[in-house]
Parts: sequence; structure tokens; C-alpha cells
Amino acid sequence: MEYTVKDLGGGVAVLHLDGRLNMTSAARLREAVTSTVANGHPRIAVDLANVDFMDSSGLGALISGLKTARQAGGDLRIAAPSEQVKLVLQLTNMERVLLAHERAETAFSG
Amino acid sequence: MMMSRVDRGVGERGPVGFALLRVLVVATIVLGVNYVAWRWLFSLNWYAWWIAIPLVIAETYSLIDVALFGMTMWRARTRPRPPAPEAGLTVDVFITTYNEPIDMVADTARAARDIRYPHNTWILDDGARDDMRQAAAELGVGYISRGEEWKDRPLHAKAGNLNNALLATEGEFLLILDADQVPLPEILDNALGYFADPKVALVQTPQEFGNVATGDPLGSQAPLFYGPIQQGKDGWNAAFFCGSNALLRREALMQLGLTQYVREVERAVLVALRGADRVIARARRGTDANDVMVNAALDEIALAVDTARTSLKQGEPIARVTYDLQQQIDAVSHAMVSFDLHLLEMDLAAIRELDAGTGDQLDVLLDVDTTVDTLAMRQLSPLGALESVQALLRTIDVDRSDEAVPLMPLATISVTEDMATSMRLHGLGWKTVYHHELLAIGLAPEDLGTMLKQRLRWAQGTMQVMLRENPLVQRGMTWAQRLMYFSTMWSYLSGFAAVVYFTAPIVFLCFGVLPVDSNAAEFFARFLPFMIVNQLLFVVSSRGVSTWRGQQYSLALFPIWIRSVTSAVANVYFNRPLGFVVTSKTRQEGNQWGLVRVQLVLACLLVISTVIGVTRLVLGVGEPIGTLVNVAWVVFDLVVLSVLIPAARFRGFESNTQEVSA
Repeated sequence: MEYTVKDLGGGVAVLHLDGRLNMTSAARLREAVTSTVANGHPRIAVDLANVDFMDSSGLGALISGLKTARQAGGDLRIAAPSEQVKLVLQLTNMERVLLAHERAETAFSG
Repeated sequence: MMMSRVDRGVGERGPVGFALLRVLVVATIVLGVNYVAWRWLFSLNWYAWWIAIPLVIAETYSLIDVALFGMTMWRARTRPRPPAPEAGLTVDVFITTYNEPIDMVADTARAARDIRYPHNTWILDDGARDDMRQAAAELGVGYISRGEEWKDRPLHAKAGNLNNALLATEGEFLLILDADQVPLPEILDNALGYFADPKVALVQTPQEFGNVATGDPLGSQAPLFYGPIQQGKDGWNAAFFCGSNALLRREALMQLGLTQYVREVERAVLVALRGADRVIARARRGTDANDVMVNAALDEIALAVDTARTSLKQGEPIARVTYDLQQQIDAVSHAMVSFDLHLLEMDLAAIRELDAGTGDQLDVLLDVDTTVDTLAMRQLSPLGALESVQALLRTIDVDRSDEAVPLMPLATISVTEDMATSMRLHGLGWKTVYHHELLAIGLAPEDLGTMLKQRLRWAQGTMQVMLRENPLVQRGMTWAQRLMYFSTMWSYLSGFAAVVYFTAPIVFLCFGVLPVDSNAAEFFARFLPFMIVNQLLFVVSSRGVSTWRGQQYSLALFPIWIRSVTSAVANVYFNRPLGFVVTSKTRQEGNQWGLVRVQLVLACLLVISTVIGVTRLVLGVGEPIGTLVNVAWVVFDLVVLSVLIPAARFRGFESNTQEVSA
């Protein structure tokens, strides 16, 4: 999995993920969130448009990111999940914790 | 008036004829050993070893070839007629097609539908053509093509086509017909009776062609094979399956499919377990050394694989071992998901604390067990991250996910599935029958190019079987059966011997080098009796049917036979494609001479060397008797090669306007 960070200003950053969010990439996502928060962006929109697969480890990393963001007084929101990702969110009831937004860029402007 | 089909060609052999045949077999072998042993021990010209050794090896090859032929003839008898089949047997008639013209297949299908004994007719269309489907519907016969499960998996050509149809139908017996083999209405009535013997798995009937011109320029008919040779093999319970015009017992094929399935699974599992350590080690190198989760999972998998290996070695059944392994892997996956969700719960609790006061909105994971089960399933499992490992684990199972259907009754190890299939049937103890009566009339290739491709395919298929499942080491068959299969394979090696037989006279005539170190009288005293008895054996074996054309082709097509061996070796050991093509039933246009250019060059060399040899003789350099013998040899070679001239000039079959009254 690859990722890029885009600064939207006002403490908001978009985290574009590309690839599979699984056991081997979960740690990297966790680090990405931590460093983005540490760089002064406690409000993170995770763009899942290019994530075609997520397993329980990947989900765990998202929730752990949510915790990190909340502890810094911010939030973590997700955008554009694929069908498979939506399925995992539904199965775990996490769709109620991580509301899916249509576009990452507008996740914090609503 | 139509001639009775039963009495055609090779007829019944009387007791006197049969005794004579056996005397000739013994005489040929005794005189042959007498000659070849003398050649090895007393007449090798060591000064010209580079031609002497190849020649004596070629001669030994030919002796073994004729000895195997003699063994075949030892029991070449016509079977008594089988009893009439009992009523009520269920039969499926399969017509296999790939790209043949719709009209041709429809003709065959109509004749198949009109076979007298009750049956179901099916067109097995590997081309999945809409107009073929429509033609089948119009004729009122069944239509089967490959389903979704074959997508992106090996198709296995005709064998795969038949295997697919076997799983879609249910008759106790099958009649298999090539698209161009038009059956006679009595085919089932006359041949089904053999299955009254519950050990009979196969009844093969002859293949003959209705579109062969006078003189059979392309050597299409095989009266010696679909006659004395198959009868002789039948005498040793080794009649071959030849792909078409054959009846098969479904139960035998299914048993074959099951045995083969078990064998394949065992092999796949053993190979996968053997390579497992390497795959796991590679996965370990590919992951972050600090990634505790991944490394722990890999440890668990390595342990599970090790346990599986040990259990297999201790003789545990493969089904239990693979099941246990898959269970253990599932447990690993389960544990990982549980662990992930546990961390997730803790994170949620922390978040909930931060949000204290905003309500109970984060009350999730209502049913932890079900959630874990679902997330640990194969498609969602965290192990999916280790793709190579997961691919490995999939192989260590019994579902053969690499094949479209787990059961492959018709052998898929060769482009000629038939021979391998009957060999495996014999290995399981089934009997086969050769029924010597023409019950279907086919279409032969009508041009040299197509004919050569067909011969190449048969030879390649035979070589593939020899290299993959050498009959000499197959358990379950009698030695006679092994030798009968080996005999056919051995005869396809003749290309190498032919090169030597063509080269030796050229070497003598041009350079005066004689591979035989002997005087003429002694040579002829040993060679001629063998040669004469050998030819007599052919004449008596074939009972008046000319086999000369066949002998000519077996020598003249030497480049094809050599290519079949080299391409099969490259295919079996180095995974190269065979360059395989389906035989075309329609004529290919164009100049045919290029197809036999090697033989044309050879013929020129033979003529030139004769001129040189005669010149050497006139100049007093050449040795008279040697020159005479070698010129005679050249003449023989040229007569053999001459078979290719009418073949290359042949411009297709035109039916004679003859009236046939029923």
C-alpha cells in the first residue's frame, strides 16, 4: 500500500491510500496517521477510493487512527469506500463509528 | 450390391495359416538374432566405427521392432461375434467437434441419431458455436459445450471436451465418434454385446475412410493396424483405444477418473509441502522483521505445515492431513482476527472515554463470535496479505482448484488422450476388445500437408505418453500388455534408424567406406534368410492386404518421426509447446513440395552417390560386389521415397460416380 498526504489547511489533511489495507500495510497506516497528527493535522480524511481490499487488521488501523485523532482533539473520517470495505464495516457494525463520506476533500466541510 | 462388411480385408485365419504364422515369427526372431549377433560380434568394421556403430544399432533397433511385431502376431485372431446386447442398456453417443464444418458434423449427428439401438446423441461442441447449437436442435440431438468452470483453466482439448460431457450425462455406455466418423445403424447392436463381460471397459472398432482415392496416395488407410495388429494386441488383452469409433463403459472411466484424482492430489500435496519452507521463508524476507503479527502468523503456518508433513510420513490419510492443516490455518486466521478486534475494542473504549457524555453511540460488535468467523473466512482473512503463502495453502487441499472439474477420466497427459487412457484402464485391470468390423466411415485428410500434421500429432502424442508414463514401468499391467504399448512407441523411433539406412550406402558409394567387415558370401548367408523370412512374415500377417504403402511411409516420413521425438522431449522435460494443430478435415491449397524438401534433397544425394559409385567402379577404385549391393540398396531407398511423389501431387479426392444399391 502507498499513501500521500495533502494539506487542506486549518488542521485538515487528506490521506490518500492506494492498494490493499491488510495485515502487512496496517502498521504503515497507523504511522501515517500518527505523523500527520503530530505535524499539526488532527483532522484527517482518509481517502479509500483506491483501496480494493481491507481486512480486520486494516480496520483495526483505521480505528486506532480514529483514537489518535480524537486524543489530539481532532477526528478521522473516511471517504469513498469500495464494496468490499463497506462489507467489512457493516459486518463489524463500524459503519456507525466511521461514517463514509462521498469525497475526502469535503469530509470536513459539511 | 454392398459387400458384407465383416468379411472384408483381413479374414479369418485357419489353423494351418495360424501355425504357419507362428513358425514364421519364431524363424524371423531366430534368424534375426543370428544375423544381428554376428554383426555385433564378428563383422563390425572398427576402422569406420562412425558409420559401423550407428548402422549396427539401427539394425538392432529393427530386430527389436520386428520381434515386438512377431509377439503381436502370435495371438492375432479374429474374435467370435459377441452375443446380442440385452435390451435396456443406456447409451450416450458423443460426437466431438471443435471447428469442423457444421454440415459435416450434422451428417454425422443424423447418422448417430439413427443408430438402431436406443440411445441419446450429443454434439460436444468445443467451438461453442451458435449455428452448431441450432443444427443440433433441428436434428433433435443434445448439445453440450464447456461451462463457466472451464474459464481461465486448462481446457485439455478433446480429452477435456469428453470429460466435460461425461459429467453432464448419465448413460452406462458411451460411443465416441469424431466429427467426421459417420456411424452405421447397427454399430451398437453389433458391438455392445461385449459388455456382458463386466470386466470389459472398451470396445474399439476400425477406422476407415470413405474419401480415399484409388491407390491411397496419402496412405490414409491402416489395414495392418486396424486388423492384425489390433487383433494381436487384443490377443494379449491390450487392444488400444484410438479416440473414435469406440465404446466405453462409464463406470470404468469414472473409476479411472477417481484413481487419477487421488494420484494427482497426492502428488500436488507432496510437492506443495516439500516447497512450503521455501515459500514461507520468502514471505518472511518480504515482510518487516519488526512486524510481530506477520511473523507470528508465519511461525504458526510453518508449524502447521511441518505437522502435516510428519503426519503424512506416518501414513495418515491425505484427506485427514489436509483437513487438519486447513483447520489449523483457519485457527491462525481466527486468532489474528480476534487479536485485531480485541485491539479495536480497546481503541473504541478509549474513544468512548474521550467522548464521555455524547451518548452510547459506539456500542458495536454486537456478536463478536459471528464477526470473527466472518472476517476469518478465506476471502477476508488477514492471511490474504501473504499471497504466495495463501496460494501454497490452497494447493495443499483436495479440491484441485487449478482444474475446471476435479475428475478427469480421459487422460490429459498427451495430445492423443486415447492411448494413455486405455493404458491406465489396463493398469486398473480392465479388459479391452478390438471388434474387427467396419461400423463407421470417416474422412481422411485430402492433402499432404494435413496428412503430415496428423501423423506428427499421433507420433507426438505417443511420445508424450512414453516419456510421461512409460508402459514398461507401469504397475498393474501384465508384461505382455506393457510390451504391446511399448511396441507402438518403439516403432515411432524409426526415424533415427531410417537416417542411418539412407546414409550408409551414400558413404560407401562416395568414399568406399564399408561398415560391414566380412566377405560377401558370409554376409548374404546371414542377412538374406532373415530378410526373406521377415518379408514373408509381413505377407502372411496381413493376409493379402498390401502393407507396402505403410512400410514406405514408415521410412519416408523419417523427418516427421524425428521431429515428434525432439518436440515431445522439449515439451515433457522443458515445457515447450508442441506446436500442436487440430487436423483439418478440409483440403489445404498450395504447393506441397516444400513439405518434403528433406526427402527430395536426400533422393538427389542418393542419385549423385550412385553416379559417383559407378564411376569409382569404372575407374577401378570401387569394389564390385560392395558397389552392386549398395546400388541395389539405393534403388530400394528411392522406391521407398517415391511414395511421396503421388502424395505431393495429389489434388484431393473426387468420388467415383458409382451406384450403390442397398
